[in-house]
Amino acid sequence: MSIQEFMQHLVNGTSLGSLYALIAIGYTMVYGILRLINFAHGDIFMLGAYITYYGIAYTPIPWWLVFILSAVITGVFGMVLEKLAYKPLRSAPRITIMISAIGASFLLQNLGVLVFGGRPKAFPIPEVLSKTLVVGGVSVAIVSVVIPIITILLLMGLTFIIQKTKTGMAMRALSKDYEAASLMGIDINRVISFTFFIGSFLAAVGGILWGTKYPQLMPLMGVMPGLKCFIAAVIGGIGNITGAVIGGFILGLGEIMLIAFLPTLTGYRDAFSFILLIVILLVKPTGLMGEKMTEKV
Amino acid sequence: MKKILDRNQTKQLILTAIALVGLVVLNLTLDSYKIRVVNLCLIYIILGLSMNLINGFTGLFSLGHAGFMAIGAYTVALLTIPPEMKEMNFYMKPILPALLNLNMPFIFALLMGGIMAAIFGFLIGAPVLKLTDDYLAIATLGFSEIIRVVIINMQTITNGALGLKGIPQHTNDAIAGLFGVAPKTNLLWAGVAAILTIFVMIRLMEGSYGKAFKAIREDEVAARSMGINLFRHKVMSFTIGSFMAGVGGGLLAVSLGTIDPTLFKFALTFNILLIVVLGGMGNIKGTVISAIVVTIAMEGLRFLDAAINLGFMTTPALPGLRMVVFSLILMIVIIFKKDNIFLTTYMKVRARYAKNQ
Repeated sequence: MSIQEFMQHLVNGTSLGSLYALIAIGYTMVYGILRLINFAHGDIFMLGAYITYYGIAYTPIPWWLVFILSAVITGVFGMVLEKLAYKPLRSAPRITIMISAIGASFLLQNLGVLVFGGRPKAFPIPEVLSKTLVVGGVSVAIVSVVIPIITILLLMGLTFIIQKTKTGMAMRALSKDYEAASLMGIDINRVISFTFFIGSFLAAVGGILWGTKYPQLMPLMGVMPGLKCFIAAVIGGIGNITGAVIGGFILGLGEIMLIAFLPTLTGYRDAFSFILLIVILLVKPTGLMGEKMTEKV
Repeated sequence: MKKILDRNQTKQLILTAIALVGLVVLNLTLDSYKIRVVNLCLIYIILGLSMNLINGFTGLFSLGHAGFMAIGAYTVALLTIPPEMKEMNFYMKPILPALLNLNMPFIFALLMGGIMAAIFGFLIGAPVLKLTDDYLAIATLGFSEIIRVVIINMQTITNGALGLKGIPQHTNDAIAGLFGVAPKTNLLWAGVAAILTIFVMIRLMEGSYGKAFKAIREDEVAARSMGINLFRHKVMSFTIGSFMAGVGGGLLAVSLGTIDPTLFKFALTFNILLIVVLGGMGNIKGTVISAIVVTIAMEGLRFLDAAINLGFMTTPALPGLRMVVFSLILMIVIIFKKDNIFLTTYMKVRARYAKNQ
């Protein structure tokens, strides 16, 4: 393999990894606070992409504004979903709320088929983003460069929110100890809503960027990325945001490099992340950055 | 003198006899579509019980059922499809010569399906069952996806994404001889398998293994200090559950006639989980009832996909509406009925004792 080819795979892997990281953050934040695998997260990702599609195709709003608006709308949608499907079950056994999450995921997928139609739709890519750059013999789609940059900016914003603002502090408190935090006067409902907003917002950004990179929208497009990003969150240590980002990059780069170096295994691409997950879980059950859990009696 | 059968066993025997006679009657009187629905009900009873054994009774949250069903289904298909049909199936890449002429009577093929699934269940369970809760759920879900991906890629064995067609439908000659009507499908096999599964589950849960399973579910640490070998019992429950799932998958394959990898997606596991949850975790009777209700509801809601005549107007056909309605009903049931649906039998018993005191 020439160095140019390798660089090309590296860029592709990095941009795929950034997308995974964006979506994985939503999983890990929700899990950190509610101990819930939000199975519907992948479908929120799908929703973000579709809202953008309709915004660009049917309204005169400029594309960059549509991108921002759809991410916000999807974020609000995530909040509503939490209020309807998860909040009533907060005191129920954990398996109940997990099943509710799986149910919500199926509902969104089926609604997607009903409302958006089962046939794939072509994502309207803005002209600026559809060009390719050639740098030193390496030809790269502009999207593949833009994606990691947007990801890094969003991550910086997220870190600021979590580390420097009061809401961020409340979020950290909730994920450390749910009950103690509520006793300290933290408005749990508001913080959880905010968490869902951020998670869904980032998933929507992931979905929109996914659309510009792989411009084919389907109602079930969120299933596989959703599962993989959850895996990324687990690999990094669920509940840990840095871990989710690292997990996302490991998965994205690993997947692209696997295909690059061992083309005969292309068909096993989807299995790769699951195998990695199981290996990591068996070696280090709490993930790379996860804290050791002690058994309570 | 010791009675040969106690009251409970007599009741069970009578119920079994009624069920068998009922199945024969249904088999002879219903049209083929209704027979298919009854058949699906029976298959889902088996699948629901097998998942209840793992998730409800032993408390291992496993989401890997579709994978084990796939193994059972492909084993049965490969062992029963006649060689000429196999050659027609494998037109992209020829089948492995060793598999071409491999053929077995249906009942042995079904057993092999179960055994293969059990072997995989054991191999997967041994490492994965060290995990708990959500991690176990994700790892088993992962394995079920891996099984699917491997099936897609092993073209010389499984015919890849094209799937296998022409799985022989079984007519029951013995009954055809008795009544002079040839039954159309293998309803009776499914019926016998379902009744056997119910029996095995009841016996298992009454015995010491069942008690150990339930102890593990309620409190692992307490169970361990009572001398229960956690790992052995977990693997055992998982393997038995996989066996039943394999048998269920095999029966499903025969009932459908064709299988392909998309059938065994996570949605299939979800259907079974739904049955288990609605019927009650750790509740045998509830699972049987909910398997029947859910299957019939899935079929009964089919009219929603077509155009509906409201009298004054006709709505356009909306493909997908059925699944939306179904998911909605599910969500509503989970959210509003959470308290009495998710009560395990154990918790109900405990509540009863608490009242008596």
